Amino acid sequence: MIVLLVVLFYLLHQDFWNWTEARPLFFGFLPRGLFYHAGYTLSSAGLMAWLVRRAWPARLEAWAEEESE
Amino acid sequence: MTATLFVLAYLCIALYIGIFAFRRERGQAEDYFLAGRAIGPWVFVFSLFGTHMTAFAILGSSGHAFNFGIVTFGLMASSSALIVPLCLLFLGTRLWAIGKKFGHITPVQIFRDRWECGHIGTVIFFLQAALLVPYIIIGVMGGGTALNVISGGAIPFWAGGLLVALVVMSYVFFGGMRGTAWVNSFQTILFLTFGLAAVLIISNGMGGFSAVAEKLLADPKTSPLLSREKYSPLAFFSYTFNPLSAIAFPHIAIFCLTAKKMDQFKKTVIFYPLCILLIWLPCVCLGLFANSATEIPAIAAKLAEKAATARPVVADDVMLRLLAHYAPEWLAGMLGAGIMAAVMASDSQILALSTMFSEDIFTFYGAHEKFGQKAQIATGRLFVVLVTAFAYFTALNAKASIFDLAVQFSFAGFSAMMPLYVAALYWKGSTKWGALAATLWAAACTVGLFFAPRGFTVYGLLPVVPMTLGSALLIWVVSLLTPKPAHRTVSRYFSV
Repeated sequence: MIVLLVVLFYLLHQDFWNWTEARPLFFGFLPRGLFYHAGYTLSSAGLMAWLVRRAWPARLEAWAEEESE
Repeated sequence: MTATLFVLAYLCIALYIGIFAFRRERGQAEDYFLAGRAIGPWVFVFSLFGTHMTAFAILGSSGHAFNFGIVTFGLMASSSALIVPLCLLFLGTRLWAIGKKFGHITPVQIFRDRWECGHIGTVIFFLQAALLVPYIIIGVMGGGTALNVISGGAIPFWAGGLLVALVVMSYVFFGGMRGTAWVNSFQTILFLTFGLAAVLIISNGMGGFSAVAEKLLADPKTSPLLSREKYSPLAFFSYTFNPLSAIAFPHIAIFCLTAKKMDQFKKTVIFYPLCILLIWLPCVCLGLFANSATEIPAIAAKLAEKAATARPVVADDVMLRLLAHYAPEWLAGMLGAGIMAAVMASDSQILALSTMFSEDIFTFYGAHEKFGQKAQIATGRLFVVLVTAFAYFTALNAKASIFDLAVQFSFAGFSAMMPLYVAALYWKGSTKWGALAATLWAAACTVGLFFAPRGFTVYGLLPVVPMTLGSALLIWVVSLLTPKPAHRTVSRYFSV
């Protein structure tokens, strides 16, 4: 599930459907492709928040601190 | 004059923070190079981000957007927003845990211990050092350009670069990792605070970004800049390989070892994309909209050159030109200091090189035992001076733009080094010979790139793609064919 979501997100970066069109201009000045990638960046923060909750390697910290060599 | 004074005052503050940090130092190598592995949560977030945001992100991105338009954001920013936090989450945390458990200070120490190798680690050190130098050079170039423009030409490029190099060298020299981390945090907050003000003021001065966007769209020569119609989809895809370099950059990998607790990565992983958005979006917009700022003579000259040659021009200074033209002088000074802050992120790279030399060469070859800890730190500091001097003199003669210099050498080379980290941290079957094969491949390709024509591609893909895939393939195949490290060593690393 986690891997699939990350792969899907990676694929969404290749937004060929926004390639040639600049309009509409979001907020009056942001071309369509730039607005999409700004939204993509914002969504990445959401994905990271989800990954930190679901895939946090908690055991690593205990392992690192149990007996330092 | 006022603007210059603000920037000079900022440089003094950065210097003070570095020296203040020095006063807390306890004379231990781990304290100087890793701040005693005790960096707090918010300093870790801002400093790690500040470490990664350099002249490349601020001046290079706006210069690239001036030439190529909105594609710049997708090429580096949005792909980094996904891939860099993933690397920090899955590789950075593991590096931190291994560093803490076994007391390692540099990636090469981890490789040497993990793969039971000595001189192969030295080969990796030399490649990492060679790839990092271009990144330090662009910091000096950015500093020289910024001071030159902000002072209205009163401070020449060579003097600006020299001043920035001296300030950075001083606080790295005295403050080590603690000083660098505090200065980086200060710089990131300063830039995030004044960056938004810069965009609003310049937008107002240009008559509003909506009007500028419409003007650019109405002109057939500039309208392609607002879409990606003239950019190859394969090249766009290739750029998603560049952020893989993030964790392979020694200054980022070493910084991962400074966290007090692993939990500190959580904030960084989540906030990293937001910081990227806040910094890159304004820079790309300003670079793009500079195409309509024909009333600024320096920008008009660049536009004329671009039209006459139909080739990209060196435009790292366009954002500073907009600032100097549209903002009141005192505010331009404040904002210039913010830009200067980001440009000076070369501090962590210089410190990383010093740490690597001190640990991977000086200590590894027995000098630590012979001459002691004080000599180790002194050698690290001497290395800081030498690297800064080399970067400064090279920057004086650099011909390429900041963006090109970073992408062509540092990013491609370090992306090709990334499979080493994955193999060392996640694959029990990886061997030192596999690591050597991948390192030599990355080195050979980087040398090849130096002689390749500008814009060289492989079946439409940028060199970073075959370099990274080739490196992964080599470490996999060669590791399968060569003897593994002792079972005891492997189980130490994979007992988690």
